[in-house]
Amino acid sequence: MTMAASRVVRRPVRGRVPWPVWLFLLVPAAVELGWVFWPGINSFYLSMTKWNGLGAPLSVGLKNFTDLFADDVFRQALGNNVIWAIGFGALSVAGGLALAVALNRPRRGVGIYRSAIYLPMVFSLAVTGLFWRVLYQPDGTINATLGLVGLTSWQHQWLADPKTALYAVLVAAVWRQVGYVMVLYLAGLKGCDPSLDDAAAVDGTTAWQRFWYVVWPQLRGVNTVVFAVTVIDSLRTFDIVWAMTGGGPYHSSELLSTYMFEQGFTFLNLGYASAIAVVIFALAILFIITYLVRATRQED
Amino acid sequence: MAAPVLEKPAVSATVRPPARRRRRGGWLFHAIMTPLTLLWVAPMVFVVLISVRSFDDISRRGLAALPDSFGLGGFVTAVGEGGIGLALLTSAEVTVPAVILSLWLASMAAFALSRYHIPFRRAILLTMLAGNLLPPQILLIPVARISEGLGIYDTLVGLVAIHVGFGLGFYTFVLHGFMRSIPLEITDAAKIDGAGVVQTYWRIILPLCRPSLAALGALATTWIFNDLIWSITVLRTQAKFPVTAALLNLQGGYVSNWNVVAAGAILAAIPTAIVFFAFQRHFVSGLLMGSTK
Repeated sequence: MTMAASRVVRRPVRGRVPWPVWLFLLVPAAVELGWVFWPGINSFYLSMTKWNGLGAPLSVGLKNFTDLFADDVFRQALGNNVIWAIGFGALSVAGGLALAVALNRPRRGVGIYRSAIYLPMVFSLAVTGLFWRVLYQPDGTINATLGLVGLTSWQHQWLADPKTALYAVLVAAVWRQVGYVMVLYLAGLKGCDPSLDDAAAVDGTTAWQRFWYVVWPQLRGVNTVVFAVTVIDSLRTFDIVWAMTGGGPYHSSELLSTYMFEQGFTFLNLGYASAIAVVIFALAILFIITYLVRATRQED
Repeated sequence: MAAPVLEKPAVSATVRPPARRRRRGGWLFHAIMTPLTLLWVAPMVFVVLISVRSFDDISRRGLAALPDSFGLGGFVTAVGEGGIGLALLTSAEVTVPAVILSLWLASMAAFALSRYHIPFRRAILLTMLAGNLLPPQILLIPVARISEGLGIYDTLVGLVAIHVGFGLGFYTFVLHGFMRSIPLEITDAAKIDGAGVVQTYWRIILPLCRPSLAALGALATTWIFNDLIWSITVLRTQAKFPVTAALLNLQGGYVSNWNVVAAGAILAAIPTAIVFFAFQRHFVSGLLMGSTK
């Protein structure tokens, strides 16, 4: 850190903290403690009980967890979550990155292209789900378009077929996510040094070489964030599946979060549902820590 | 798309490469991007086309046909019988106080953590951020339970409270980063002039934070407005549902009236689309906050 910079972001001096400042901190901290951390801890306790919401939870030790791994629907949901994380991650990152590179330099029309691509980002996942449900109907636009270009054999009951339901939902989710990933990478590209790219161009490198050897290494920080955010998001994914298929048909598009919700709020198996929530947490924690480590580095 | 290859890095090429690259790439760029963008926009256009058709037209000629009729009947049904009108009001009643309250509380916490020598301030900050990153699933059942205990289960107050609690960590983290970039000399000068803690916060720091408050405000509005999982967890009475949850009910009730479903989905998308167009710059910088630098 240079002298000038250290003067600007000078650390607060050690000294007595006036009491209103404590109030400023403690009120929000108490709200978060009471509404987020306390319930979070409670879930761990509930995951080791059998409870239907009435009376007192009955302690059953780790039985819920052993039951989970014998539960076919849970295993299906877990597998679907893996497919979801990989598919959702790979497609939205590849699409978002390609678009960011394409739309990075100022050109005529770039603003319009960018806005059109990240506009879906502002719709709720439920709205996105409904939009695509309409398109996926048997007599809907997607089948009609396939018929129009002569691919009649591809026409399909997209959401009613257990083989395609999960992927049909995935496409809708990626459609919405690509814009967000693009915005993240556009910011990352802005931080890249353009003179390096120009110098490489003058040296006669191909566009691909310039991307791979010059730009990509500079995007490492953004990649970490995109990776962590994507995995955390894909473990949380709930709305769009709930809106489009509700996890069906025959649990074929079930994710951990929809299964948890179903167990907890439809069947009132609160202990069992909490155990699923704990599994989701356990899968997410590594990526939460990755994100936090990166955030700490930024704070320095 | 990326600029095409420079074949001969000869002297003339090294003198004016950018101009040549741009001119040659120009038509190719638009030839690829224009259809791609149209394809991207197509789902939205199709849904709009369906929403303005009549039920008869759709059942007679299929969902995919081009409109033969034009009418706002779908919208009227969605707003009236479908309950989307009421649900939009409910969403506003939840979103506005939740955004204001959470940014207000977060800005106080960020002020304390960024300007004063609070012990373990970084640990506190990161813990708060971690709270926002937790999967909501782990909180659903206990939160429903606790809100019952507090008597705010199935009330909008409960829903606002949970949005505030869940968003606080992230907003605090972002505002903290912004407040740290404000030179301490400014608040020192205020202190010398006799300003107390509250005055410094309210009259100096908050006005200076306006850009990041606007960005976070735009982002938080879309998040809270778009929420589904908390509404269906904390609320039981369907008449109290905000628009996202009401939309799913609409879908269940009007399962073959696709014009009504499409109209409802469009109505639910309009408020956030307005925020997007009105605060486009803020919205985008909001998306970037806390994720990159």
